[in-house]
Amino acid sequence: MIYLYRILSMLAYVLLAPFVGGFLAGLDRKLSARMQGRIGPPLLQPFYDLAKLFKKQVLAVSRYQFMMVASFLTMVIGTGTLFFGGFDLLLVFFVLTTACMFFVLAATVTNSPYAELGAQRELIQMLSYEPMILLTAVGFYMVNGSFRGVDVFYTGTPAIVRLPGVFIGLLFILTIKFRKSPFDLSTSHHAHQELVKGVTTEFSGVLMGMVELSHWYENVFLLGLVALFFVSSAWWSSLLAVGAVLLVWFLEILIDNTSARVKWNHMLYSAWIVTAVCGGGNLLVLEIIRMLF
Amino acid sequence: MELWIISLILLPFIIAVAQFLIRSDRIRKVLTYGGSGLIMATALTLAVLWYMKGQDTLSLPNANGLLTEAIVPYIGYGMLGVELLLMCVVVWLSVRYKKFLIALLSMAQTGLMCWLELSGKIHESAGVIYLDRLSLLMCLIIAVVGGLICIYALGYMKDYHHHHTEFGDRRPFFFAMLYIFLGAMFGLVLSGSLVWIYFFWEITSIISFLLIGYTKEEQAIKNSFRALWMNLLGGAAFAAAIAYCALTLHSVNLQVLLARPAGKIGIMVFLLAFAALTKSAQIPFSKWLLGAMVAPTPSSALLHSATMVKAGVYLLLRLSPVMGGQVTGVMVQAVGGLTFFIASMIAITHSDGKRVLAWSTVSNLGLITACAGVGTAETVWAGVILLIFHAVSKALLFQTVGAVEHAIGSRNIEDMHGLFRRQPGLASALIIGIAGMFLAPFGMLIAKWEALTSFLNAGGISVLLVILVAFGSATTMVYWTKWLIKLLAVPAGTRREDDHTENSQWMSLGCHMLLMLILCAAYPFFSDGFVTPMLGELGFADAHQLLSLPDRVVMICLLAAVFAIPALARILSKKVHIEQSPLYMSGVNEGDHRHYEDSYGHPKKMYLSNWYLTELFGEQKLYRPVAWATVVVIVVCFILTYGGAF
Repeated sequence: MIYLYRILSMLAYVLLAPFVGGFLAGLDRKLSARMQGRIGPPLLQPFYDLAKLFKKQVLAVSRYQFMMVASFLTMVIGTGTLFFGGFDLLLVFFVLTTACMFFVLAATVTNSPYAELGAQRELIQMLSYEPMILLTAVGFYMVNGSFRGVDVFYTGTPAIVRLPGVFIGLLFILTIKFRKSPFDLSTSHHAHQELVKGVTTEFSGVLMGMVELSHWYENVFLLGLVALFFVSSAWWSSLLAVGAVLLVWFLEILIDNTSARVKWNHMLYSAWIVTAVCGGGNLLVLEIIRMLF
Repeated sequence: MELWIISLILLPFIIAVAQFLIRSDRIRKVLTYGGSGLIMATALTLAVLWYMKGQDTLSLPNANGLLTEAIVPYIGYGMLGVELLLMCVVVWLSVRYKKFLIALLSMAQTGLMCWLELSGKIHESAGVIYLDRLSLLMCLIIAVVGGLICIYALGYMKDYHHHHTEFGDRRPFFFAMLYIFLGAMFGLVLSGSLVWIYFFWEITSIISFLLIGYTKEEQAIKNSFRALWMNLLGGAAFAAAIAYCALTLHSVNLQVLLARPAGKIGIMVFLLAFAALTKSAQIPFSKWLLGAMVAPTPSSALLHSATMVKAGVYLLLRLSPVMGGQVTGVMVQAVGGLTFFIASMIAITHSDGKRVLAWSTVSNLGLITACAGVGTAETVWAGVILLIFHAVSKALLFQTVGAVEHAIGSRNIEDMHGLFRRQPGLASALIIGIAGMFLAPFGMLIAKWEALTSFLNAGGISVLLVILVAFGSATTMVYWTKWLIKLLAVPAGTRREDDHTENSQWMSLGCHMLLMLILCAAYPFFSDGFVTPMLGELGFADAHQLLSLPDRVVMICLLAAVFAIPALARILSKKVHIEQSPLYMSGVNEGDHRHYEDSYGHPKKMYLSNWYLTELFGEQKLYRPVAWATVVVIVVCFILTYGGAF
């Protein structure tokens, strides 16, 4: 029975994640506009945009771009599929890292100055968030006794109770992953960046559409990760998880609209310190408790 | 089998003598191809025979064998003679270059060994040779990777002396040293007696010293003496461990030592582990391995991948059952974990290809060391897998960088811009090697995954290690990705360049690439059938495979996907009509996508460089504090062990 659920959940992710991701993107634009005192675009605007991108002529600087972007998209979908299938979290994160590497390469194969600078910043962003991502998996291992995502459904209490520090650390680096201010260094949703569009400068048409789509898939996966902290064997925990996910998404938008971009070294320092103190501290406390009792 | 073991140790020495005497390029070629082939064949035959004869451990001398108990003492005297000879060489060279402390260090340890041998305290004939799965595995790695590197050296050294006419052509000496090195490594991993291991251990120290000083430049001499004193320090600790064993246990057999309760042999294990840390270039002893880069590439490839540094981790893996939960284990974990993290940060700041590889070697050895230090079945499993994959991919990378250096005249990663178009073959070799070091479905990453899981299962202080691994994985990812960026970033109008790589070099590179891919695919079977029983032999009771079957299936699918997806996308992209668009350069693109118009209206060449974050992770900034921290850890652990031993 559980296998059936897992397969269904994987299928649901592959088919529905773009709609959820697009809808969240629309919500993001609407909310951001309201926060800035504008009316904002229609809720479905991201879908219109994406459809238009896919109708455009394929323009590229280098032939390899297509190859790298397609690999990025497939790997991101693979990451989410493995995650929603309840597989080993470490495995999921390793696939994610590989996917992100393809994204960086997609930018740098063009040999474009702006894309290259954006890609180098993207690398720093990866350097900033990777440790916390790994420690998140480690945290789940320490409370569930396994790296498998599906095992959260067999625990009585949601992981957040024992992993508050890890959760805070993850929230911090999620801002980097969602490409939100103050950590939108490599590319930004807004067209007022010193690096033009940074890592995505040389993408247009279908290529840009594929990048957008990957980010929707990625965002749904990341929010799934947030939900994992709240899910347990109890039925009401799912409602709690949905509530938490929406709250986190709102928080991210709020942070995006109220903070200015920082320098890359500030991002690296702060992310690593938060990772070590909140994430590492949490794990050490857990281990000490385990050794004492 | 006995015959094959003995010939495996002796064969490289015989080839070395022949290499030393031969001056003709033609005969050297035949001898090297033939010699390496013979060594590989011997090792493989040994493996096959071992497999057919029941896969048992073998301890020599046994009754009615070639090597009788009566001969062993004479071999012992012979070894002592060689050791004295080597000491004379070291003393002579040290005095000549005014390094008197090194001479003293060498004399002290050889004197100690002399006294032990001549006073009859270490006369022990039983079990001087010991073959189990770990030594067999090491033999195969040394034979295949080491043998191929020797073949690679043929073409490389020819080119090297063609380019560097300022150095004397000492190729006969160089090749002789390479083969002696292989022979010493075989001896080291096949010996069961600590005295024999020490003998081969010292040979590797002194040969690496001679190889590093090959060019006789000022820098080379300086670095070779640094390597010498660090390794002799380890050797001194090793000799002290032997003395301790001889005086307290009345046996110098490693297996006898390992069979004792861990609490009773703390000081011996500490000394041996200390020697292993110097040999596998852990901080604070990592400087010698970095200095070893001045030597011609084949010798760096040999030192960094299959031999020398692997001798250290080999010993640590052997000691791991008695290190787990002991003070020495904590020291080894701490030093290994810190080395893994710090070395990977320093690797980010370097643009010299060989230097990045060197720091990555230090870093990966740190992880293996940490695995051995935790000392549970699972961590040792991860350590063994790491050791195999590291040996192959690092050998591939070093050799390719050497070939690239001859092809483009530089080994700087910045100069490898667009190498994928300029030198597709060499760039592909580099990409496979780099992928093997850190990408998702390849071996190193699987092993890292295992290591993380096993550290968590070990619990306690190992949780700190997990945090170090998490940070270290991120930094590792950055320096490899940066290299990939350079290889794949192809500026418009880049043309293919001539490839000067010799056939012998391609032969080795091709075999390594193939080996890498085979290992990735075959590893799940290999780990169940070979590594798991190996753990039992090493003294772990509860050996089992960590990764579940579904995970392994996913892993193999992923391996296929990583190749299939880009390939499919590539085919698809040929079907799609892609319009070439100009590069965006704020409207000042000169039209060739490589130049822009500067403020005077003149065309200026655009140059894109990687980021190196030197002000953050610079060697000057990080190395010293960490070196001192590890020194403190080692001293404190020594005091604790010494205090606890009596």
